Amino acid sequence: MHDHREGGGHDAGHHHGAEHHHGAEMSQTQLLTAALESLLVEKGLLSSDTIDQLVERYENDIGPMIGARVVARAWADPAYKQRLLSDSASALAELGIHMDNLVVVENTPAVHNAVVCTLCSCYPWAVLGLPPTWYKEPAYRSRMVIEPRTVLREFGLDLDGTVEVRVWDSSAEQRYLVLPERPAGTEGMTEAELARLVSRDSMIGVARVAAPARAR
Amino acid sequence: MNEAGRPSIDNAAAGPQIDAEGPGAPPRRNGELVFQAPWEGRAFGLAVALGEEGRFTWEAFRTRLIAAIAASDRRPEGERRAYYENWLGALQTLLVDRGVLTAAEIEDRVRQFATGQRDIVDPGAPPRP
Repeated sequence: MHDHREGGGHDAGHHHGAEHHHGAEMSQTQLLTAALESLLVEKGLLSSDTIDQLVERYENDIGPMIGARVVARAWADPAYKQRLLSDSASALAELGIHMDNLVVVENTPAVHNAVVCTLCSCYPWAVLGLPPTWYKEPAYRSRMVIEPRTVLREFGLDLDGTVEVRVWDSSAEQRYLVLPERPAGTEGMTEAELARLVSRDSMIGVARVAAPARAR
Repeated sequence: MNEAGRPSIDNAAAGPQIDAEGPGAPPRRNGELVFQAPWEGRAFGLAVALGEEGRFTWEAFRTRLIAAIAASDRRPEGERRAYYENWLGALQTLLVDRGVLTAAEIEDRVRQFATGQRDIVDPGAPPRP
């Protein structure tokens, strides 16, 4: 997962490791986090269980599976795809997902879309779960708009020179989800099977959806 | 990224570090290690839970987060703060700005954890007798 970051100006995050692990010693950030949680629980504003459940929900349940379901439905049902592209809020609501600031952009053989947040890390959590670490790093945030083809190549995605690359900058008002191209060899698959093929990275636009093994 | 060279984090909250894509990847469960230490998960959960409960608008938090990240980005490379350090700083600022917590009580509580008067493993628990 991480080898694509080597040798390409992705150094900004490399000092982090030294700051977090001091053996048994507790870092200032760890103490501060505990202090805030303790005070907020004491004041009855939160419970530790709420935080546990929330973290778990974002780590496991929400995850990119919700986005993958949306993509699979769009692949399986052309009419749904049209609704998703033209009015994402109501198309998402059909699947029980309530998100009114998501724009779905479709990859085609001629156009490749990718998503970044240059300001911070705006990300469609509700459909993709937590953002990956690299998404939040200054290197990705700045380079993706300047040299997207190079960055995509570092992710292992080599685009033909004729393919137009569109980079979408997320904001609080507008989040983006890439609808990746449906791979060949998936014609007979059910929606659930299709959903399992869809990776998070393909919905950010830094990867293609790989064809299923048996189709290769 | 340099997770590979890092000490492992022996906390279930960190999740297994498995391929998120490619032929060897299991069905998607957001398998990537998204939090580099357990406190990052707690810091994340605190802000999102408070936001979900309507204690502040997400925009109020986001504005402070962007400011913290921008300030960090302006620093020399070796002195930039990690994402969740900025996150935590933004949360602290917001809670103090809104009068939810005071800087003094936060400082005092940090000291109680640092000296072992309170248990870091279960921050929600009352102090030791």
